Amino acid sequence: MKPFDYVRPASIAEAVAAAAQPGAAYLAAGTNLLDLMKGGVSRPDRLVDVTHLKGLDRIEHLADGSLRIGALVRNADLAHDTAFAKAYPAVAEALLSGASAQLRNAATLGGNLLQRTRCAYFYDPASRCNRREAGSGCDANGGENRLHAVLGWSEGCIATHPSDFCIPLVALDAIVEIEGKGGRRELPLDELHRLPGPTPERETALEPGDLIVAVRLPASARDFAGHARYLKVRERTSYAFAVVSAAAALKIENGTIGHARLALGGVAAKPWRARAAEAALKGASPETSAFREAAQAALADAKPSGDNAFKIELARRIVVRALTLAATGTPARIPALPASPFASGALHA
Amino acid sequence: MTHSISLTVNGARRDLQLDDPRVTLLDLLRERLQLTGTKKGCDRGQCGACTILVDGRRINACLALAISHDGADILTIEGIARGDQLHPVQAAFIAHDGFQCGFCTPGQIMSAIGMMREAQAGDDPERIRECISGNLCRCGAYAGIVDAVLEVQTSEANQRRSA
Repeated sequence: MKPFDYVRPASIAEAVAAAAQPGAAYLAAGTNLLDLMKGGVSRPDRLVDVTHLKGLDRIEHLADGSLRIGALVRNADLAHDTAFAKAYPAVAEALLSGASAQLRNAATLGGNLLQRTRCAYFYDPASRCNRREAGSGCDANGGENRLHAVLGWSEGCIATHPSDFCIPLVALDAIVEIEGKGGRRELPLDELHRLPGPTPERETALEPGDLIVAVRLPASARDFAGHARYLKVRERTSYAFAVVSAAAALKIENGTIGHARLALGGVAAKPWRARAAEAALKGASPETSAFREAAQAALADAKPSGDNAFKIELARRIVVRALTLAATGTPARIPALPASPFASGALHA
Repeated sequence: MTHSISLTVNGARRDLQLDDPRVTLLDLLRERLQLTGTKKGCDRGQCGACTILVDGRRINACLALAISHDGADILTIEGIARGDQLHPVQAAFIAHDGFQCGFCTPGQIMSAIGMMREAQAGDDPERIRECISGNLCRCGAYAGIVDAVLEVQTSEANQRRSA
Protein backbone atom coordinates (compact mmCIF):
# COMPACT_ATOMS: atom_id res chain seq x y z
CA MET A 1 0.00 0.00 0.00
CA LYS A 2 1.36 3.38 -1.01
CA PRO A 3 1.95 5.82 1.89
CA PHE A 4 -0.73 8.44 2.39
CA ASP A 5 -1.61 11.35 4.66
CA TYR A 6 -4.50 10.90 7.00
CA VAL A 7 -6.85 13.72 7.94
CA ARG A 8 -9.92 13.65 10.13
CA PRO A 9 -12.10 16.69 9.38
CA ALA A 10 -14.28 18.16 12.11
CA SER A 11 -17.08 19.25 9.80
CA ILE A 12 -18.59 18.50 6.41
CA ALA A 13 -17.20 21.79 5.03
CA GLU A 14 -13.70 20.85 6.22
CA ALA A 15 -14.10 17.41 4.66
CA VAL A 16 -15.14 18.84 1.29
CA ALA A 17 -12.20 21.26 1.27
CA ALA A 18 -9.72 18.49 2.19
CA ALA A 19 -11.09 16.02 -0.35
CA ALA A 20 -11.21 18.54 -3.21
CA GLN A 21 -7.39 18.49 -3.37
CA PRO A 22 -5.85 16.34 -6.12
CA GLY A 23 -5.02 12.80 -4.96
CA ALA A 24 -7.46 12.84 -2.05
CA ALA A 25 -10.07 10.17 -1.36
CA TYR A 26 -12.81 9.84 1.23
CA LEU A 27 -12.49 7.00 3.72
CA ALA A 28 -15.62 5.57 5.31
CA ALA A 29 -15.48 1.94 6.48
CA GLY A 30 -12.88 1.23 3.81
CA THR A 31 -14.16 -2.27 3.06
CA ASN A 32 -13.69 -1.67 -0.66
CA LEU A 33 -11.13 1.16 -0.67
CA LEU A 34 -8.55 -0.57 1.56
CA ASP A 35 -8.86 -3.71 -0.53
CA LEU A 36 -8.15 -1.66 -3.66
CA MET A 37 -5.25 0.14 -1.97
CA LYS A 38 -3.68 -3.15 -0.84
CA GLY A 39 -3.82 -4.34 -4.44
CA GLY A 40 -2.30 -1.14 -5.79
CA VAL A 41 -5.47 -0.37 -7.76
CA SER A 42 -6.28 2.81 -5.83
CA ARG A 43 -3.30 4.97 -4.83
CA PRO A 44 -4.59 8.03 -2.95
CA ASP A 45 -2.12 10.53 -1.47
CA ARG A 46 -4.51 11.56 1.25
CA LEU A 47 -7.39 9.86 3.04
CA VAL A 48 -10.13 12.08 4.41
CA ASP A 49 -11.77 10.03 7.15
CA VAL A 50 -15.44 10.97 7.37
CA THR A 51 -16.49 8.25 9.81
CA HIS A 52 -16.28 10.60 12.81
CA LEU A 53 -18.49 13.33 11.29
CA LYS A 54 -21.58 13.92 13.43
CA GLY A 55 -25.15 13.50 12.29
CA LEU A 56 -24.61 11.37 9.19
CA ASP A 57 -25.59 8.08 10.84
CA ARG A 58 -29.29 8.67 11.30
CA ILE A 59 -32.39 7.10 9.73
CA GLU A 60 -35.04 9.81 9.68
CA HIS A 61 -38.71 9.40 8.83
CA LEU A 62 -39.65 12.85 7.56
CA ALA A 63 -43.03 14.57 7.92
CA ASP A 64 -43.80 14.33 4.20
CA GLY A 65 -43.63 10.52 4.35
CA SER A 66 -40.18 10.27 2.83
CA LEU A 67 -37.22 8.57 4.45
CA ARG A 68 -33.75 10.07 4.83
CA ILE A 69 -30.83 7.73 5.39
CA GLY A 70 -27.52 9.28 6.45
CA ALA A 71 -24.46 8.32 4.44
CA LEU A 72 -22.75 6.73 7.45
CA VAL A 73 -25.61 4.37 8.30
CA ARG A 74 -24.19 0.85 8.23
CA ASN A 75 -25.69 -1.71 5.86
CA ALA A 76 -26.56 -4.10 8.71
CA ASP A 77 -28.20 -1.41 10.83
CA LEU A 78 -30.42 -0.29 7.98
CA ALA A 79 -31.39 -3.83 6.98
CA HIS A 80 -32.26 -4.74 10.57
CA ASP A 81 -34.26 -1.59 11.27
CA THR A 82 -37.76 -3.05 11.64
CA ALA A 83 -39.66 0.00 10.41
CA PHE A 84 -37.34 0.32 7.43
CA ALA A 85 -37.65 -3.34 6.43
CA LYS A 86 -41.43 -3.18 6.67
CA ALA A 87 -41.72 -0.07 4.49
CA TYR A 88 -38.99 -0.92 1.97
CA PRO A 89 -38.69 -4.72 2.06
CA ALA A 90 -36.90 -5.09 -1.29
CA VAL A 91 -34.16 -2.74 -0.12
CA ALA A 92 -33.67 -4.71 3.10
CA GLU A 93 -33.62 -7.93 1.12
CA ALA A 94 -30.96 -6.54 -1.21
CA LEU A 95 -28.85 -5.33 1.71
CA LEU A 96 -28.97 -8.72 3.40
CA SER A 97 -28.08 -10.55 0.20
CA GLY A 98 -24.86 -8.54 -0.17
CA ALA A 99 -21.38 -9.50 1.08
CA SER A 100 -20.96 -11.15 4.50
CA ALA A 101 -22.19 -10.23 7.98
CA GLN A 102 -18.75 -8.85 8.85
CA LEU A 103 -18.77 -6.56 5.82
CA ARG A 104 -22.40 -5.53 6.29
CA ASN A 105 -21.59 -4.53 9.88
CA ALA A 106 -18.86 -2.18 8.64
CA ALA A 107 -19.93 -0.95 5.21
CA THR A 108 -21.76 2.36 4.96
CA LEU A 109 -24.53 3.57 2.67
CA GLY A 110 -22.30 6.20 1.05
CA GLY A 111 -19.48 3.74 0.52
CA ASN A 112 -21.86 1.23 -0.99
CA LEU A 113 -23.00 3.75 -3.59
CA LEU A 114 -19.39 4.48 -4.52
CA GLN A 115 -17.94 0.98 -4.50
CA ARG A 116 -15.94 0.14 -7.59
CA THR A 117 -16.51 -2.56 -10.15
CA ARG A 118 -15.27 -6.07 -9.39
CA CYS A 119 -14.06 -6.58 -12.97
CA ALA A 120 -10.95 -8.74 -12.53
CA TYR A 121 -9.01 -6.66 -15.04
CA PHE A 122 -9.76 -3.48 -13.12
CA TYR A 123 -8.47 -5.25 -10.00
CA ASP A 124 -5.25 -6.38 -11.64
CA PRO A 125 -2.79 -3.50 -12.16
CA ALA A 126 -0.88 -5.63 -14.67
CA SER A 127 -3.89 -5.59 -17.00
CA ARG A 128 -5.02 -2.76 -19.23
CA CYS A 129 -8.11 -0.99 -17.92
CA ASN A 130 -9.60 2.26 -19.18
CA ARG A 131 -11.48 2.66 -15.93
CA ARG A 132 -8.32 2.49 -13.82
CA GLU A 133 -6.07 4.32 -16.26
CA ALA A 134 -7.76 6.44 -18.92
CA GLY A 135 -6.87 5.48 -22.48
CA SER A 136 -4.85 2.38 -21.56
CA GLY A 137 -7.20 -0.13 -23.21
CA CYS A 138 -9.49 -2.89 -21.96
CA ASP A 139 -8.28 -6.43 -21.40
CA ALA A 140 -11.76 -7.57 -20.40
CA ASN A 141 -12.80 -7.03 -24.01
CA GLY A 142 -11.73 -10.34 -25.52
CA GLY A 143 -10.70 -11.73 -22.13
CA GLU A 144 -12.47 -13.75 -19.46
CA ASN A 145 -15.75 -11.93 -19.62
CA ARG A 146 -18.67 -14.25 -18.99
CA LEU A 147 -19.78 -12.05 -16.06
CA HIS A 148 -19.50 -8.70 -17.83
CA ALA A 149 -22.12 -6.23 -19.05
CA VAL A 150 -24.90 -6.89 -21.54
CA LEU A 151 -26.47 -3.43 -21.43
CA GLY A 152 -25.02 0.04 -21.89
CA TRP A 153 -21.42 -1.07 -22.35
CA SER A 154 -18.90 0.50 -24.71
CA GLU A 155 -15.90 -0.84 -26.62
CA GLY A 156 -13.74 0.81 -23.97
CA CYS A 157 -15.36 -0.79 -20.91
CA ILE A 158 -17.63 -3.77 -20.29
CA ALA A 159 -17.53 -3.76 -16.48
CA THR A 160 -20.60 -4.02 -14.25
CA HIS A 161 -21.57 -2.16 -11.11
CA PRO A 162 -21.46 -4.58 -8.16
CA SER A 163 -24.01 -3.18 -5.71
CA ASP A 164 -27.14 -5.04 -4.60
CA PHE A 165 -28.37 -2.18 -2.41
CA CYS A 166 -28.50 0.33 -5.29
CA ILE A 167 -30.81 -1.82 -7.44
CA PRO A 168 -34.05 -1.42 -5.42
CA LEU A 169 -33.00 2.13 -4.50
CA VAL A 170 -32.90 3.09 -8.17
CA ALA A 171 -36.21 1.29 -8.76
CA LEU A 172 -37.80 3.31 -5.95
CA ASP A 173 -36.59 6.70 -7.27
CA ALA A 174 -34.03 7.36 -4.53
CA ILE A 175 -32.46 10.82 -4.38
CA VAL A 176 -28.84 11.43 -3.39
CA GLU A 177 -27.95 14.47 -1.28
CA ILE A 178 -24.48 15.78 -2.08
CA GLU A 179 -22.38 18.39 -0.29
CA GLY A 180 -19.78 20.00 -2.54
CA LYS A 181 -17.72 23.11 -3.04
CA GLY A 182 -20.81 24.89 -4.33
CA GLY A 183 -22.97 23.82 -1.39
CA ARG A 184 -25.75 21.24 -1.14
CA ARG A 185 -27.39 19.71 -4.20
CA GLU A 186 -29.53 16.70 -5.06
CA LEU A 187 -29.41 14.13 -7.80
CA PRO A 188 -31.60 11.15 -8.67
CA LEU A 189 -29.56 8.04 -7.81
CA ASP A 190 -30.22 6.91 -11.39
CA GLU A 191 -28.02 9.82 -12.53
CA LEU A 192 -25.18 9.26 -10.04
CA HIS A 193 -23.50 6.41 -11.92
CA ARG A 194 -22.50 6.96 -15.54
CA LEU A 195 -22.37 4.54 -18.43
CA PRO A 196 -18.80 4.13 -19.72
CA GLY A 197 -19.13 5.58 -23.23
CA PRO A 198 -15.78 6.96 -24.41
CA THR A 199 -14.75 8.00 -20.85
CA PRO A 200 -15.06 4.95 -18.56
CA GLU A 201 -12.71 6.58 -16.03
CA ARG A 202 -15.51 9.00 -15.15
CA GLU A 203 -17.66 6.63 -13.13
CA THR A 204 -20.05 9.04 -11.43
CA ALA A 205 -21.49 12.54 -11.72
CA LEU A 206 -19.51 13.62 -8.63
CA GLU A 207 -16.95 16.43 -8.76
CA PRO A 208 -13.74 16.54 -6.67
CA GLY A 209 -14.65 17.07 -3.02
CA ASP A 210 -18.29 16.04 -3.44
CA LEU A 211 -19.49 14.13 -0.38
CA ILE A 212 -22.65 12.03 -0.40
CA VAL A 213 -24.36 12.92 2.87
CA ALA A 214 -27.69 11.10 2.57
CA VAL A 215 -30.10 9.19 0.38
CA ARG A 216 -33.82 9.88 0.41
CA LEU A 217 -36.66 7.60 -0.56
CA PRO A 218 -39.77 9.53 -1.58
CA ALA A 219 -43.12 8.88 0.12
CA SER A 220 -44.32 7.04 -3.00
CA ALA A 221 -41.73 4.31 -2.39
CA ARG A 222 -43.83 2.98 0.49
CA ASP A 223 -46.74 2.24 -1.86
CA PHE A 224 -44.90 -0.83 -3.09
CA ALA A 225 -44.24 -2.43 0.31
CA GLY A 226 -46.80 -5.20 -0.11
CA HIS A 227 -45.47 -6.41 -3.47
CA ALA A 228 -41.71 -5.94 -3.55
CA ARG A 229 -38.84 -8.38 -3.96
CA TYR A 230 -35.14 -8.46 -4.69
CA LEU A 231 -34.01 -11.60 -6.44
CA LYS A 232 -30.30 -12.31 -6.80
CA VAL A 233 -28.66 -15.22 -8.58
CA ARG A 234 -25.00 -15.92 -7.94
CA GLU A 235 -22.49 -18.69 -8.32
CA ARG A 236 -22.55 -19.91 -4.74
CA THR A 237 -25.28 -19.83 -2.14
CA SER A 238 -24.07 -16.78 -0.23
CA TYR A 239 -21.30 -14.19 -0.01
CA ALA A 240 -20.95 -13.59 -3.75
CA PHE A 241 -21.74 -10.80 -6.17
CA ALA A 242 -24.79 -11.09 -8.39
CA VAL A 243 -24.47 -12.70 -11.79
CA VAL A 244 -27.85 -11.07 -12.41
CA SER A 245 -30.30 -9.55 -9.95
CA ALA A 246 -33.65 -7.80 -10.16
CA ALA A 247 -35.67 -5.56 -7.89
CA ALA A 248 -39.37 -5.71 -8.71
CA ALA A 249 -42.06 -3.66 -7.03
CA LEU A 250 -45.74 -3.52 -7.93
CA LYS A 251 -48.71 -1.49 -6.83
CA ILE A 252 -51.71 -3.69 -7.49
CA GLU A 253 -55.12 -2.03 -7.58
CA ASN A 254 -58.36 -3.90 -8.25
CA GLY A 255 -56.50 -6.84 -9.72
CA THR A 256 -54.37 -4.86 -12.15
CA ILE A 257 -50.92 -3.31 -11.94
CA GLY A 258 -51.32 0.39 -11.17
CA HIS A 259 -47.61 1.08 -11.10
CA ALA A 260 -44.55 -1.14 -11.62
CA ARG A 261 -40.92 -0.57 -10.76
CA LEU A 262 -38.10 -2.69 -12.09
CA ALA A 263 -34.31 -2.43 -11.95
CA LEU A 264 -31.58 -4.93 -12.80
CA GLY A 265 -28.16 -5.58 -11.28
CA GLY A 266 -25.13 -7.34 -12.72
CA VAL A 267 -25.99 -6.30 -16.26
CA ALA A 268 -24.45 -2.83 -16.73
CA ALA A 269 -21.97 -0.31 -15.36
CA LYS A 270 -24.80 1.21 -13.35
CA PRO A 271 -27.95 0.01 -11.60
CA TRP A 272 -30.21 -0.52 -14.59
CA ARG A 273 -33.70 0.94 -14.41
CA ALA A 274 -35.99 -0.85 -16.86
CA ARG A 275 -38.49 1.89 -17.70
CA ALA A 276 -39.80 0.29 -20.89
CA ALA A 277 -40.72 -2.80 -18.88
CA GLU A 278 -42.45 -0.65 -16.27
CA ALA A 279 -44.52 1.02 -19.01
CA ALA A 280 -45.46 -2.38 -20.43
CA LEU A 281 -46.68 -3.54 -17.01
CA LYS A 282 -48.81 -0.51 -16.20
CA GLY A 283 -52.48 -1.45 -16.40
CA ALA A 284 -51.75 -5.13 -17.09
CA SER A 285 -52.97 -8.10 -15.10
CA PRO A 286 -50.26 -9.46 -12.79
CA GLU A 287 -49.81 -12.63 -14.82
CA THR A 288 -46.97 -14.53 -16.43
CA SER A 289 -47.79 -13.32 -19.95
CA ALA A 290 -47.40 -9.68 -18.85
CA PHE A 291 -44.20 -10.49 -16.96
CA ARG A 292 -42.73 -12.18 -20.04
CA GLU A 293 -43.57 -9.16 -22.15
CA ALA A 294 -41.93 -6.91 -19.55
CA ALA A 295 -38.82 -9.12 -19.56
CA GLN A 296 -38.57 -8.83 -23.34
CA ALA A 297 -38.84 -5.05 -23.06
CA ALA A 298 -36.25 -4.88 -20.27
CA LEU A 299 -33.64 -6.75 -22.30
CA ALA A 300 -34.60 -5.47 -25.76
CA ASP A 301 -31.37 -3.51 -26.14
CA ALA A 302 -29.12 -6.16 -24.59
CA LYS A 303 -26.19 -7.62 -26.47
CA PRO A 304 -23.34 -9.82 -25.28
CA SER A 305 -19.99 -8.16 -24.56
CA GLY A 306 -18.17 -11.49 -24.90
CA ASP A 307 -18.93 -14.92 -23.48
CA ASN A 308 -22.00 -13.71 -21.64
CA ALA A 309 -24.97 -14.15 -23.98
CA PHE A 310 -26.40 -16.47 -21.32
CA LYS A 311 -26.89 -13.47 -19.04
CA ILE A 312 -29.48 -12.00 -21.38
CA GLU A 313 -31.74 -15.04 -21.19
CA LEU A 314 -30.94 -15.42 -17.49
CA ALA A 315 -31.92 -11.79 -16.88
CA ARG A 316 -35.23 -12.28 -18.71
CA ARG A 317 -36.04 -15.25 -16.50
CA ILE A 318 -34.99 -13.40 -13.35
CA VAL A 319 -37.29 -10.54 -14.32
CA VAL A 320 -40.22 -12.90 -14.80
CA ARG A 321 -39.52 -14.64 -11.50
CA ALA A 322 -38.95 -11.43 -9.55
CA LEU A 323 -42.22 -9.99 -10.86
CA THR A 324 -44.03 -13.25 -10.08
CA LEU A 325 -42.69 -13.18 -6.52
CA ALA A 326 -43.58 -9.52 -6.13
CA ALA A 327 -47.11 -10.18 -7.38
CA THR A 328 -47.49 -13.04 -4.90
CA GLY A 329 -46.68 -10.60 -2.10
CA THR A 330 -43.79 -9.61 0.12
CA PRO A 331 -42.99 -12.34 2.68
CA ALA A 332 -43.55 -11.49 6.33
CA ARG A 333 -39.92 -12.16 7.06
CA ILE A 334 -37.22 -10.84 4.75
CA PRO A 335 -35.50 -14.00 3.62
CA ALA A 336 -32.00 -12.89 2.68
CA LEU A 337 -31.31 -16.46 1.79
CA PRO A 338 -30.49 -17.59 -1.69
CA ALA A 339 -33.00 -20.38 -1.65
CA SER A 340 -35.66 -18.13 -0.21
CA PRO A 341 -37.35 -17.07 -3.45
CA PHE A 342 -38.44 -20.66 -3.88
CA ALA A 343 -39.68 -21.04 -0.32
CA SER A 344 -43.21 -20.28 0.71
CA GLY A 345 -44.16 -18.29 3.77
CA ALA A 346 -46.65 -15.94 5.31
CA LEU A 347 -47.16 -12.71 3.43
CA HIS A 348 -46.29 -9.18 4.44
CA ALA A 349 -49.04 -7.52 6.46
CA MET B 1 3.53 12.46 11.46
CA THR B 2 2.68 10.43 14.55
CA HIS B 3 -0.93 9.86 15.49
CA SER B 4 -2.12 8.96 18.98
CA ILE B 5 -5.02 6.58 19.43
CA SER B 6 -6.63 4.93 22.40
CA LEU B 7 -8.35 1.54 22.25
CA THR B 8 -9.96 -0.75 24.79
CA VAL B 9 -8.70 -4.22 23.95
CA ASN B 10 -10.22 -7.16 25.84
CA GLY B 11 -11.19 -4.80 28.63
CA ALA B 12 -7.83 -3.03 29.02
CA ARG B 13 -7.15 0.48 27.80
CA ARG B 14 -4.24 0.76 25.38
CA ASP B 15 -2.75 4.12 24.38
CA LEU B 16 -0.79 3.79 21.18
CA GLN B 17 1.32 5.91 18.86
CA LEU B 18 1.02 5.22 15.14
CA ASP B 19 3.92 6.34 12.99
CA ASP B 20 2.14 5.21 9.85
CA PRO B 21 -1.61 5.48 9.15
CA ARG B 22 -1.49 2.34 7.00
CA VAL B 23 -1.65 0.02 10.04
CA THR B 24 -4.82 -2.09 10.11
CA LEU B 25 -6.48 -3.25 13.30
CA LEU B 26 -5.31 -6.74 12.39
CA ASP B 27 -1.65 -5.76 12.15
CA LEU B 28 -1.89 -3.63 15.27
CA LEU B 29 -3.29 -6.54 17.29
CA ARG B 30 -0.75 -9.03 16.00
CA GLU B 31 2.43 -6.97 15.64
CA ARG B 32 2.09 -4.30 18.33
CA LEU B 33 -0.02 -5.97 21.01
CA GLN B 34 1.20 -9.54 20.41
CA LEU B 35 -2.39 -10.79 20.28
CA THR B 36 -1.71 -13.36 17.60
CA GLY B 37 -4.94 -15.32 18.04
CA THR B 38 -6.53 -13.12 15.39
CA LYS B 39 -5.21 -14.54 12.14
CA LYS B 40 -4.20 -12.97 8.86
CA GLY B 41 -5.61 -15.18 6.12
CA CYS B 42 -6.38 -13.49 2.82
CA ASP B 43 -5.87 -9.95 4.21
CA ARG B 44 -8.57 -8.79 1.76
CA GLY B 45 -11.85 -9.33 3.61
CA GLN B 46 -12.68 -12.60 1.95
CA CYS B 47 -11.86 -15.36 4.44
CA GLY B 48 -12.97 -14.09 7.85
CA ALA B 49 -9.90 -15.43 9.73
CA CYS B 50 -9.34 -11.92 11.16
CA THR B 51 -12.86 -11.53 12.57
CA ILE B 52 -12.98 -9.52 15.81
CA LEU B 53 -15.75 -7.66 17.61
CA VAL B 54 -15.53 -3.87 17.46
CA ASP B 55 -18.02 -2.12 19.72
CA GLY B 56 -19.81 -5.46 19.96
CA ARG B 57 -20.05 -6.14 16.23
CA ARG B 58 -18.04 -8.57 14.15
CA ILE B 59 -15.93 -7.05 11.39
CA ASN B 60 -12.92 -8.00 9.28
CA ALA B 61 -9.90 -6.52 11.11
CA CYS B 62 -7.86 -6.62 7.89
CA LEU B 63 -10.06 -4.00 6.21
CA ALA B 64 -10.17 -1.61 9.17
CA LEU B 65 -7.57 1.09 9.63
CA ALA B 66 -6.51 1.31 13.28
CA ILE B 67 -6.26 5.09 13.08
CA SER B 68 -9.89 5.34 12.08
CA HIS B 69 -10.98 3.32 15.13
CA ASP B 70 -9.71 5.66 17.82
CA GLY B 71 -11.80 5.06 20.95
CA ALA B 72 -13.13 1.67 19.86
CA ASP B 73 -13.84 -1.25 22.20
CA ILE B 74 -12.25 -4.40 20.77
CA LEU B 75 -12.78 -8.03 21.70
CA THR B 76 -10.49 -10.73 20.33
CA ILE B 77 -10.28 -14.48 20.76
CA GLU B 78 -7.88 -13.91 23.70
CA GLY B 79 -10.57 -11.99 25.58
CA ILE B 80 -13.51 -14.37 25.61
CA ALA B 81 -12.55 -17.08 28.16
CA ARG B 82 -12.74 -16.35 31.89
CA GLY B 83 -9.46 -17.67 33.18
CA ASP B 84 -9.55 -21.41 32.59
CA GLN B 85 -13.27 -21.38 31.92
CA LEU B 86 -13.91 -21.48 28.19
CA HIS B 87 -16.50 -19.30 26.53
CA PRO B 88 -19.64 -21.39 25.83
CA VAL B 89 -18.98 -21.14 22.09
CA GLN B 90 -15.44 -22.46 22.55
CA ALA B 91 -16.78 -25.37 24.62
CA ALA B 92 -19.49 -26.10 22.06
CA PHE B 93 -16.95 -26.07 19.22
CA ILE B 94 -15.01 -28.78 21.10
CA ALA B 95 -18.13 -30.79 21.89
CA HIS B 96 -19.35 -30.74 18.27
CA ASP B 97 -16.00 -31.09 16.54
CA GLY B 98 -16.40 -27.62 15.03
CA PHE B 99 -12.69 -26.93 14.91
CA GLN B 100 -11.05 -26.22 11.65
CA CYS B 101 -7.33 -25.72 11.86
CA GLY B 102 -5.92 -23.14 14.25
CA PHE B 103 -5.86 -20.60 11.48
CA CYS B 104 -9.57 -20.36 10.78
CA THR B 105 -11.00 -21.32 14.14
CA PRO B 106 -10.48 -18.06 16.09
CA GLY B 107 -12.31 -16.13 13.37
CA GLN B 108 -15.07 -18.73 13.24
CA ILE B 109 -15.57 -18.51 17.01
CA MET B 110 -15.59 -14.71 17.02
CA SER B 111 -17.98 -14.73 14.08
CA ALA B 112 -20.29 -17.18 15.91
CA ILE B 113 -20.28 -14.97 19.02
CA GLY B 114 -21.02 -11.91 16.90
CA MET B 115 -23.81 -13.74 15.09
CA MET B 116 -25.50 -14.66 18.36
CA ARG B 117 -25.31 -11.08 19.59
CA GLU B 118 -26.91 -9.94 16.35
CA ALA B 119 -29.70 -12.46 17.01
CA GLN B 120 -30.79 -12.55 13.39
CA ALA B 121 -30.40 -16.22 12.59
CA GLY B 122 -32.72 -17.77 15.17
CA ASP B 123 -32.58 -21.55 15.27
CA ASP B 124 -32.81 -22.02 11.52
CA PRO B 125 -29.71 -23.92 10.34
CA GLU B 126 -30.00 -22.34 6.87
CA ARG B 127 -29.89 -18.87 8.36
CA ILE B 128 -27.01 -19.79 10.63
CA ARG B 129 -25.08 -20.99 7.57
CA GLU B 130 -25.76 -17.72 5.77
CA CYS B 131 -24.87 -15.66 8.84
CA ILE B 132 -21.50 -17.38 9.20
CA SER B 133 -20.70 -17.52 5.49
CA GLY B 134 -18.21 -14.66 5.84
CA ASN B 135 -15.77 -17.24 7.17
CA LEU B 136 -14.43 -19.35 4.35
CA CYS B 137 -12.24 -22.40 4.73
CA ARG B 138 -11.87 -25.58 2.78
CA CYS B 139 -11.73 -27.73 5.90
CA GLY B 140 -14.66 -29.94 6.84
CA ALA B 141 -15.99 -28.59 10.12
CA TYR B 142 -18.89 -26.49 8.90
CA ALA B 143 -21.56 -28.94 10.06
CA GLY B 144 -20.03 -29.05 13.54
CA ILE B 145 -20.00 -25.27 13.72
CA VAL B 146 -23.72 -25.06 12.97
CA ASP B 147 -24.41 -27.70 15.66
CA ALA B 148 -22.25 -25.77 18.15
CA VAL B 149 -24.09 -22.51 17.49
CA LEU B 150 -27.47 -24.22 17.83
CA GLU B 151 -26.46 -25.79 21.14
CA VAL B 152 -25.26 -22.54 22.70
CA GLN B 153 -28.33 -20.66 21.50
CA THR B 154 -30.66 -23.32 22.90
CA SER B 155 -28.79 -23.40 26.19
CA GLU B 156 -28.88 -19.63 26.55
CA ALA B 157 -32.57 -19.51 25.66
CA ASN B 158 -33.29 -22.14 28.34
CA GLN B 159 -31.30 -20.16 30.91
CA ARG B 160 -33.28 -17.04 30.08
CA ARG B 161 -36.54 -18.94 30.50
CA SER B 162 -35.54 -20.39 33.88
CA ALA B 163 -34.07 -17.11 35.16
